[in-house]
Amino acid sequence: MFDTVLIVALSALSIALLLLFIRVVKGPSTQDRILALDAIGVLLVGFIGIIMILQDTSVFSDIVLVLTILGFVGTLSLSKFLERGVVIEHDD
Amino acid sequence: MLTLLHWAALSPFIAAVLIPFLYKYLKRIHTGWFVLILPLVLFVYFLSFIPRTSSGEVILNNLNWVPSLGINFDIYLDGLSLLFALLITGIGALVVLYSIYYLSKRKEKLNNFYVYLLMFMGAMLGVILSDNLIVIYVFWEVTSIASSLLISYWYTREKSIYGAQKSMFITVFGGLSMLGGFSLLYVIAGTFSIRELIANADMIMASSLFIPAMILVLLGAFTKSAQFPFHIWLPDAMEAPTPVSAYLHSATMVKAGIYLVARLTGVFGGVPEWFWIITTVGLVTLIWGSVSAVRQKDLKGILAYSTVSQLGMIMSLLGTGSAAFYFQNGDNALYMTAILAAVFHLINHATFKGSLFMAAGIIDHETGTRDIRKLGGLMTVMPITATISLIGLASMAGLPPFNGFLSKELFLTGMLNVTEYGIFNLETLGIIIPVIAWIASVFTFLYCILMFTRTFMGDLNLSKLKVKHVHEAPVGMLISPIILAALVIVFGLFPNLLAYSIIEPAMAAIAPGIISPGEVFDVHISHWHGFTPELFMTIGIIILGVLLFITFKKWENSAFYRGERDIFNSVYDSGYNGLIAGSKWITRIQMTGRLRDYFIYMSIFIIFILAYTMYHYNLPAIQSLDLSPVPIYMWLILLVFVGSVVIIPFINNRIALIIATSVSGFIVALLFVLFRAPDLALTQLLIESVSVILFMLVFYHLPKLKKVKTPPKMKIVKLIVSIGFGLMITLGSLSAFSMGQDTDFSSISEYYTENSKEEAGGYNIVNVILVDFRGMDTMLEILVVSMAVLTVVSLIKLRFKGSEDI
Repeated sequence: MFDTVLIVALSALSIALLLLFIRVVKGPSTQDRILALDAIGVLLVGFIGIIMILQDTSVFSDIVLVLTILGFVGTLSLSKFLERGVVIEHDD
Repeated sequence: MLTLLHWAALSPFIAAVLIPFLYKYLKRIHTGWFVLILPLVLFVYFLSFIPRTSSGEVILNNLNWVPSLGINFDIYLDGLSLLFALLITGIGALVVLYSIYYLSKRKEKLNNFYVYLLMFMGAMLGVILSDNLIVIYVFWEVTSIASSLLISYWYTREKSIYGAQKSMFITVFGGLSMLGGFSLLYVIAGTFSIRELIANADMIMASSLFIPAMILVLLGAFTKSAQFPFHIWLPDAMEAPTPVSAYLHSATMVKAGIYLVARLTGVFGGVPEWFWIITTVGLVTLIWGSVSAVRQKDLKGILAYSTVSQLGMIMSLLGTGSAAFYFQNGDNALYMTAILAAVFHLINHATFKGSLFMAAGIIDHETGTRDIRKLGGLMTVMPITATISLIGLASMAGLPPFNGFLSKELFLTGMLNVTEYGIFNLETLGIIIPVIAWIASVFTFLYCILMFTRTFMGDLNLSKLKVKHVHEAPVGMLISPIILAALVIVFGLFPNLLAYSIIEPAMAAIAPGIISPGEVFDVHISHWHGFTPELFMTIGIIILGVLLFITFKKWENSAFYRGERDIFNSVYDSGYNGLIAGSKWITRIQMTGRLRDYFIYMSIFIIFILAYTMYHYNLPAIQSLDLSPVPIYMWLILLVFVGSVVIIPFINNRIALIIATSVSGFIVALLFVLFRAPDLALTQLLIESVSVILFMLVFYHLPKLKKVKTPPKMKIVKLIVSIGFGLMITLGSLSAFSMGQDTDFSSISEYYTENSKEEAGGYNIVNVILVDFRGMDTMLEILVVSMAVLTVVSLIKLRFKGSEDI
C-alpha cells in the first residue's frame, strides 16, 4: 500500500517534470526557461527523496544536498549572465 | 669472411669516402689522378683471373650478411662476371683519364664528380660479382642513384634535372619490379642464390609463378638496358658530362640489364615466352633505335639512340640464343652462335661506343657545339679525332676489318639460324627476324655515314660556332679514345685473342649445363666464311645504306627527319603530368578541409563496417532480452530525456540550448539514482553544473548562432547518416547485451562485492575499485585532467601574436 502511494507520488512528479520541460522548450523568454530549470532541480530533490524511501536507503542524501547547492549556483550564474553579460567580473 | 674479391668490389666505396679530403687538401693536383689508380689496380687484378676462368674454374667466396633471410654477400666469379669486371674497370680507368682533361680543375666540383663515379663503379662491380639476388638488387639501385646523380651533375640546368629525374623514375620502376620478381623466385625455390636457382631450374619452370617472376625480372632488365619502350630515358641522360655518357650510358650501366638476362638465361631459358619476349623486344629496340638515330641532330643524341639500338641487338641475340636450353644437347653451333655474337658484340660495342662518345666530347669541348647542322669540315682541323671517329663509326656500321664487322656477321648468322630452329612457331614467323635485323643494319649504316660526313666533311663554318679558334684536343684527352680505337682494330684483326680467354668462359657461364664438363664451346671468329648469305646481306646493307645516303637530301625536309623527339617521350610526359593532375584531383574532391565532410566519411565507414559485420554474423540477434519491468514514471522521465535531446537541433537561442542540455544532464543524473549509482549521480551533477558555468563563461566570446542554408540533398545525407549511425549503435549494443546473456560467462563483479571489505577495507565498492583494485586507470585519468588544465592555461596565457611559426 505504502509503495503504491510512493509510486503515485513519483508519477505525479514525473508529470510535473514533463510540464516543466514543456516550459523549457516553449519559453517564451529566457527567464522562463531558467526558472523552469531551477524548478526541475528542486523537483529532482523530491524525486530522489521518494526513491530513497522506495529503495530503503540513505546513500542518496548527500546527492540531495549537492543538488540543492548546484541548482542554486547554476541558476545564479545564468541569472547573472542575463543581467550583467558576464558571469565573473574583473576589477579592471 | 671478407676475401680480397670482396674488398675489390667494395674498394670504390672506400675510395669515394677519401675523395673529398683529397680534393680539399690537395687542390693543386687534379683529383682524377688519385682516382685513376683504383680502376687500374682493379683491372690488373681482374686480369689475373683470366687463366683460372678460362680453364673453366669458378670462384665462390661466401660472406654472411643476413643469413637468417638467405641474404649473403657471396662473390661468384666466372667468365661472364670477369668479362663485365674487365669492362667496368678497364673502361673506367680510361674514362677517369679522359675526365681529367675534360673537366676543369678550377671550374668544376670534382669532388662530387669522382665520388659519384666511384660509387657507380663499386655498385656495378657489386652487381656483376654477386651471386645473391638481393645483393644484386641493392647494388642495382645504387647504380640507379649514382647514375641520376651523375646525369644531374650540372644541377643548375633544367634539362639535367629533367633527365636525371626521368632516368631515376624509369630505372627505379624497373628495379622495384625486379625485386618483386626476385621475391617470387625465392617463393618458388626458397633461395636467392643464382647458382642454386640454376640448379633448380626444372622446379622453377614447373611453377605457376614462373611467368610472373620472369616478366617482373625482365621489366628490371629492360628498363635498365633502355629497351623499347623504356629507352626514352637514355637520350635525355645525355645531359650528363661526356665521360659519364661514355662510361655509364654506353659501356657499363646500360649493360647491367644485358648481364641480368644473360645470367638468368640458365634459370628461365628454354621456354617460348622467354625466347619471344626477349627476341621481340630486342628486335623492336634495334630497329626503333636505329631509325630514331637517323633523325637526331645532336652528336650525343645519335650515339644515345645508337646505343639503344645496339643494346637491342645484343638482347635479341640473347633471346634467340636461349633456344639452346630447349634442345639441351642438340646442334650447339646452331644456337650458340647467337650467344657468341652477343658476348662478342658486348665487348665490341663497349670499345667503339666508348671511343665515339669521347670523340663527341672532344668535338663539343673544342667547338662549343654538338649540333651536326653547325658542324662540318673538321677533318683537317682535328685529324686525330676524325680518325678515331672513322674507326669507331666504321666498326659500328659493320665494315671490315674492324671488330664490328665480325660481330655483325655473327649477328646475321645467328638471326639466320633462327629460321632453322623449327620450334616456337618459328617455321612461319621466323623469317621476319633476319629481315628486321637486316633493315635495322641498313639504318645503322646510314646514321654512321651521316654522323661522319656531317661532322668532318664539307666546309668548316666558323660563323656558326661559338669558339673562334678551333684546334685539335690536348694529348691527354686523346689517349683514352686512341686506346679504345686501337682495341677496335686489334680485336678486329685478331679476334681469336679473345676467343678462348674471355668469350668462351662467358658463353659457358650464360649457358650452364649445355655441354658436359671438360668440353668447350666452339668459338671460331673469322673474316672470311666464303660466299655465305651473311656476306651478301652485308653487301646489301652497304649498297642500300649508300643509296639512302646519296638520296638523303630528299629526306632531309620530310617531317620524319625534322621531328627528333621520340613519340614515347610525349607518352611519358603526359603520363607524368596526368598522374600529378589526377592525384591533385582526387585529393581535391575528398580533402575539402571541412570537418563536416570528414565526419560524414567516418560515420559512413563505421555504419558500413557495423552493418556488414551484423549481416555476416546473422545479427542483430535480439532474442532472450531478460528485461526488468519499467514503471510508469520511468516512461515519463525517458520521454522528457528523449525530448530534451531531440529538441536541441531545433533551438536557435544559445541560452535555451544550454538549458536544454542541462535538463538532459539532470535527467541522466536522475537515471543514475534510479539505477542505484550514487557516486555516478554525484559526479554527473557536479560536471553538469560546471559545464553550465563554463558555457556561460565563454558565452560572450562565442559567435552568433548562424542559420546556414544547407542544400536539401546535403540535409538528406546528414539525416540518413545520423539515423543510420544511431540505429547501428543501438542494434549493436542490444545485440551485445543479448549475446552476453546467451553465453555463460559469470560477471567479475562478484569478486569485488565479496572482497572489497576483506582485501581492501572499504564498503564503497565503486571507490575501492577506482583507487584500489584498478587504481592505475584513475591515476592516468588524473593525468588527463591535469593535462587539460595545463592546456587551458597555456591556451589562455601564451597567445601567438600572429607572426610566430607554430
